[in-house]
Amino acid sequence: MYTVPKLDDYSPDALDKATAELIGAVEKEASEVPDERAWKDFRDRWMARKNGVLTQINDFWLKAAPGPQKREMGRRVNELKAKVEAVVEQTRKRISGAVSQIKLKTDALDVTLPGTCRPLGAEHPIVRTMNNIVGVFKAMGYSVAEGPEIETDYYNFESLNFPLDHPARDMQDTIFLAGQDQKQARDRLLLRTHTSPVQIRTMEKQKPPVRVVIPGRVYRNDAPDPTHSPMFHQVEGLAVDTNITFCDLKGSLDHAMKSLFGSSVKTRFRPSFFPFTEPSAEVLISCIFCGGSGYQGSARCPNCKASGWIELLGSGMVDPALYGFVGYDPEKYSGFAFGMGVDRIAAMLYGVTDLQLFFNGDVRFLEQFA
Amino acid sequence: MKILPAWLREFVNIPADDRKLADDLTLAGISVESTEGEGARAVFDVDFTPNRVDAMNHYGVARDCAAIYDKDLKSVAPKLPDGTRSPSGAKFPIEIEDPHGCARYTARVIRNVKIAPSPEKIAQRLELLGSRAINNVADASNYALQEIGHPTHCFDLDLLEGGKIIVRRARSGEKLKTLDGVDHVLHPEDLVIADAVKPVALAGVMGGFDSMITERTRNVLIESAWFDPASVRRTARRHAMHTDASHRFERGADIGIAPTACARVAELILQTAGGQLEGGESDAFPRKLERPTLKLRRGEVRRHLGQDIPGTEIARILHRLGFGATPGRTADAEFTVQVPSWRLDVEREIDLIEEIARLYGYDRFPNTLPGFVGGVIELPDAKKEETIRASLLALGYNEAVSLTFISHADAQRFATATPVEIANPISEEASVMRTSMVPSMLNMLAYNLNRGNAGVRLFESGKIYESMGERTEEQRRLSIGATGAAIPPSVHAPGRRYSFFDLKGDVESLLGAFQYNSVYFDASTPDYYHPGRSARAVMDGATVARFGQLHPELAAERKLRLSAQETPEIYIAEIDLERLYRHDLRKIRYQAIPRFPGVDRDFSFTFDDSLTFERIRNVISALGIAELRALAPAEIFRGGSIHSGKYSMLVRATFQSAERTLRDDEVALWSQQIIKALESLGGTLRA
Repeated sequence: MYTVPKLDDYSPDALDKATAELIGAVEKEASEVPDERAWKDFRDRWMARKNGVLTQINDFWLKAAPGPQKREMGRRVNELKAKVEAVVEQTRKRISGAVSQIKLKTDALDVTLPGTCRPLGAEHPIVRTMNNIVGVFKAMGYSVAEGPEIETDYYNFESLNFPLDHPARDMQDTIFLAGQDQKQARDRLLLRTHTSPVQIRTMEKQKPPVRVVIPGRVYRNDAPDPTHSPMFHQVEGLAVDTNITFCDLKGSLDHAMKSLFGSSVKTRFRPSFFPFTEPSAEVLISCIFCGGSGYQGSARCPNCKASGWIELLGSGMVDPALYGFVGYDPEKYSGFAFGMGVDRIAAMLYGVTDLQLFFNGDVRFLEQFA
Repeated sequence: MKILPAWLREFVNIPADDRKLADDLTLAGISVESTEGEGARAVFDVDFTPNRVDAMNHYGVARDCAAIYDKDLKSVAPKLPDGTRSPSGAKFPIEIEDPHGCARYTARVIRNVKIAPSPEKIAQRLELLGSRAINNVADASNYALQEIGHPTHCFDLDLLEGGKIIVRRARSGEKLKTLDGVDHVLHPEDLVIADAVKPVALAGVMGGFDSMITERTRNVLIESAWFDPASVRRTARRHAMHTDASHRFERGADIGIAPTACARVAELILQTAGGQLEGGESDAFPRKLERPTLKLRRGEVRRHLGQDIPGTEIARILHRLGFGATPGRTADAEFTVQVPSWRLDVEREIDLIEEIARLYGYDRFPNTLPGFVGGVIELPDAKKEETIRASLLALGYNEAVSLTFISHADAQRFATATPVEIANPISEEASVMRTSMVPSMLNMLAYNLNRGNAGVRLFESGKIYESMGERTEEQRRLSIGATGAAIPPSVHAPGRRYSFFDLKGDVESLLGAFQYNSVYFDASTPDYYHPGRSARAVMDGATVARFGQLHPELAAERKLRLSAQETPEIYIAEIDLERLYRHDLRKIRYQAIPRFPGVDRDFSFTFDDSLTFERIRNVISALGIAELRALAPAEIFRGGSIHSGKYSMLVRATFQSAERTLRDDEVALWSQQIIKALESLGGTLRA
């Protein structure tokens, strides 16, 4: 530990030596200061007014200096003061500043610990899928339309060309409302079995050109099980104008399927039957899991049952009979309509094998879609 | 329905193997779902669309094959001996009292049959088709049905009384036991086949038990008729029956083929059960069903399909399907098309266009995109819905979708609205449409808790339904449900339970997205909430939200618990979106960031427990201190040195001016005013 010597010799050489010793000492001690507490001791030892090293040199060196050397000694003492203060300040920065190496080291964390989780909520897979589908058609110029879930027989069946007592009604097991017996058949209320009533409601409200996409909940009288639900979701679309053709139907849906599932997806159309379209077509897409080959490696693709194709939509040219219900001229206008089951598409996309999972609110299921 | 490709090949020369045939049929609208077996034992499982009743048999499918491959179709022409030269050459008498219900009734009589099992070929085919072989006479009817699609019925002639058939409506109170052994009380609208005394068959649905073919049968009456589709459908529904026969008659059978079917059954019986044909064919035909003659314009084909199909191709397709198609004189003129008796589904030009498209091949139409002039119009509240949904997701709530049915009991418990009742509910628990979002949310919370999911945060944006006399109303509602931790404990920090104020804060965030003049909260909530931990939010005079802790009694009642010991606090919120969406989304205006420093002053007071923060805020804001920038409760505590019935609150006021630095004396003055105001509420300033 450095102690301030008393000076006998005030020759320049002797002063140089004493000065150098002091500087050497303060630098050495500074380099050994480990933390803030030690730094405070270090600072006090050198700079305290009472008995600090600087005070001592003032007393021992300057005050004791003989008259002629006082001026030179004062200059040297001032230099030493500045030097010591600088070293003390540097030392403080080294051990406690924002860029303190020691602090950086002691602040180090185990970065492999898990982060603090503030979970985001998860979109429901059906809503997400439905929004995606609607988004594709919006980009193709389709406006969005909605309608009531409780419908009349007229909108759900009659105006869609399902006559009363017609077997086509058997295709859709209907949930009926109670207390409707006194009403005319067409006014009886039921839970809509498809979003198609909104096609009629839209055409009643506006003249062609019509281009709407219709998302919504629909109902069928099916007991809940892994592949059935009494409530599910559909997206339908309708385009009516002059000169809309079956080729346009094919092209529009082919384009939409490529937007939804990727540009390499192919579509296939085959004849089908819906009372409100004619000709009607079922639309298949090439299997998005096996690329349409039917096989994943050497295993049969379970998604398309090795056929390479997945049934996805019902579609068709709007049956001219519908135009009679909404006051369009069937000789002038033509159009197409399509519809798809959102729940089934979501189940396929996410590999969900039990539709009930969509509706029971189980967070272990829902959180997977975050 | 099952179809045997080998049988098809008996009617038309098909230049394709079974696999290709299945594909080609599917692409023409006869959807082969699967194939099994090979050669004579190959079976197609076919899903027929309900309009194609004409194709629901082998000859019908063969007719489509003839069109697909452009090949000739063999005709069905049963060869029968001349029965008119039999000992009793008379025709069996048929009376049709209801020509609307029964437009045609053909019958033949065969005597001295020998009931026995069917020969191998017939029995095997029926078996491949999934139908049980019974005996040679019953099987003849079934075999003909599979072959040409027309339902027929064989009576034991000796069990019919009075020697005639009457087709009539049932008389009130009449009874009939059908082949399946079920006794039916008949309705006066039921069309029946009767003998002189009693009903012997439910027309177009099922034959009677008491006149059926048995081992003792010697003499047979074959029925081949045409019944009105709607009449058969109503009768079948009324008696909860669905048979091969009713399935076809409901969809419209071929009136033209009735005599052929009758003859074919007779031919099969004579071949397999022997006996002699007696008399000629009885054919009562009181009502002719005219099939329309349609015009088919080439321009319409083009307008609907977008592709010009050559006239020769149109003529070929229609001809192969059995339509009479006469082309006009010029290439672009219209065809005159005669619709055959088996195509009851074809009534209009568009129906013909569909037939052409179907057999021309959907694959051959190019893909085009239609031109469009117009813009995309969103739903009116789309932006608001998006805002609410994005906020809830960001706040950590999972989006849920639940079934919209609830029980009667829940409808009464959670709402005063008259529920919409379902006539044919899936279950007792799902007998009405929901009048409140709460039961659905509670069910989802219970589902999670009962499975050990302790931390649950859900929201559901949906509808409630109300009966308004003749009308029903559907309204948008939002529900939130939460239980468990607000912040789960981790290695970094201790956890914290979800509380009323977490929920209130989130409700405030949602409401804050909208433009309004005032919002206040009070404790007026329905009784299913905890009376001291629930609130409603009133925005510009209308209740827009109710939220808080679920009443613990109700939580217990609905088993909202993790286990018998663990009964966590359950929080729910209901937001009336209809009312909320009447407000615009908040319009954002920038406010200058203050350039002068703010000054905080803390006031530590004790108050009576009954004093609410709202009153503190009101009394201070009534002072009208313009520079008071914020007022917040900084700390609250009870107990310790604070007497019971009192609580201590540290109120923090922040003063700030946009124009200048505040002076000490003015801050001191405002502080004095605040202290006085708080004292006026009965508060005591603490040292």
